[in-house]
Amino acid sequence: MSEVKPGWKTLPEGDIVKGGTAAEFKTGDWRSERPVWFPERCIHCMFCWISCPDSSIVVKDGKMTGIDYDHCKGCGICVKECPVKPNKALEMKPEREGSCQR
Amino acid sequence: MASLKELATRKDPLTGGHRMCPGCGAPIVVRQILLASKDPVVVVSATGCLEVSTTIFPYSAWNVPFLHNAFENAGATMSGVEAAYQNFKKKGKIDQHINFVAFGGDGGTYDIGLQSLSGAMERGHDLTYVCYNNEAYMNTGVQRSGATPRGANTTTEPAGKVSQGKVQWRKDLTEIMVAHNIPYVAQGIIGNWSDLTRKAEKAFSIRGPKFMNILQPCRLGWGYRPDATLELARLAFETCAWPVYEVENGVYKISKPKEKKPVIEYLKPQDRFRHLFKPGNEALLADIQAEVDRRWGQLLAKEAPRQGSGQ
Repeated sequence: MSEVKPGWKTLPEGDIVKGGTAAEFKTGDWRSERPVWFPERCIHCMFCWISCPDSSIVVKDGKMTGIDYDHCKGCGICVKECPVKPNKALEMKPEREGSCQR
Repeated sequence: MASLKELATRKDPLTGGHRMCPGCGAPIVVRQILLASKDPVVVVSATGCLEVSTTIFPYSAWNVPFLHNAFENAGATMSGVEAAYQNFKKKGKIDQHINFVAFGGDGGTYDIGLQSLSGAMERGHDLTYVCYNNEAYMNTGVQRSGATPRGANTTTEPAGKVSQGKVQWRKDLTEIMVAHNIPYVAQGIIGNWSDLTRKAEKAFSIRGPKFMNILQPCRLGWGYRPDATLELARLAFETCAWPVYEVENGVYKISKPKEKKPVIEYLKPQDRFRHLFKPGNEALLADIQAEVDRRWGQLLAKEAPRQGSGQ
């Protein structure tokens, strides 16, 4: 019996999958309400961006530029955290109404 | 401390398209903590909501190196990765600084992974362990954990005619970590991004084992509208039900709310505590308030010596 046991160098590696691929999976169809952005009211404080669980607030060069509706699940945290008064720069609208506007 | 505009120039550690619930706090914990790192990070996560929902095969929501891991050994796995890095560094194969971050839910941290976490802290590995604490085993269907507060309704200690939710008080894991005499221990909430990113930056600036315990409301297990996640975390801070503080080299620094609100303001919006407001449970509510006050007083007393020495 001259069985050679595998060492750590010869054992097969675990599976390695590419990172960031969940972006290809659209979770936007989970929504029943969608946040709608009003750029003219926005003060670009980025509170919505840092609070979003789904990385769905799109920012560029320190400014908010829109919402990623492909992945936004419509939780409404961004609307709640928006500090702009008296009218927030983000408002929740029923999904059907929101999509007709755009 | 990095401003939000500065943080926004960094690469988002998580992509959208993961399958956490709408309004889940766990990805908020991950984003706010990892964005605070200027250096590259390597992440491992104990089994839990975060792990299973961000890595559903063949997808991965992580833009940073991420290791799949079992429930009980996030601390051990990260120790191994960190030890390998130190060896590579010694041999001159790598010279860049890397931050090692382990995430675990309260189940994977308070209960199942406590031994590997304790070992990693005791051995002094240069890593940051972050507990995203939603106070029950949410991923498997809201079973009680060591982090579940007294009176909370869970599927293993349901509120009904016989029982009024969990019987025991929760254990104080943050203090267990302080007792490891590690350089940095912090307890925080997700409702205050500036405090959380500052604490994460501080943790990343310190060499040695660091531990952070972050309260993360769970819309499914706690029962509230998904947009209230951050608001509820702030209420936990304002009522002192979840004190926010840090311990750097044994020195306590406590964030005190402007006005300490009664704990019912925090309990009332949550479905898991709904039964406490039925007639007959007044004593239990008073009991919870008394325990919150007792623990808050105990914590304040730990900060006192520092003030007394005039520092």
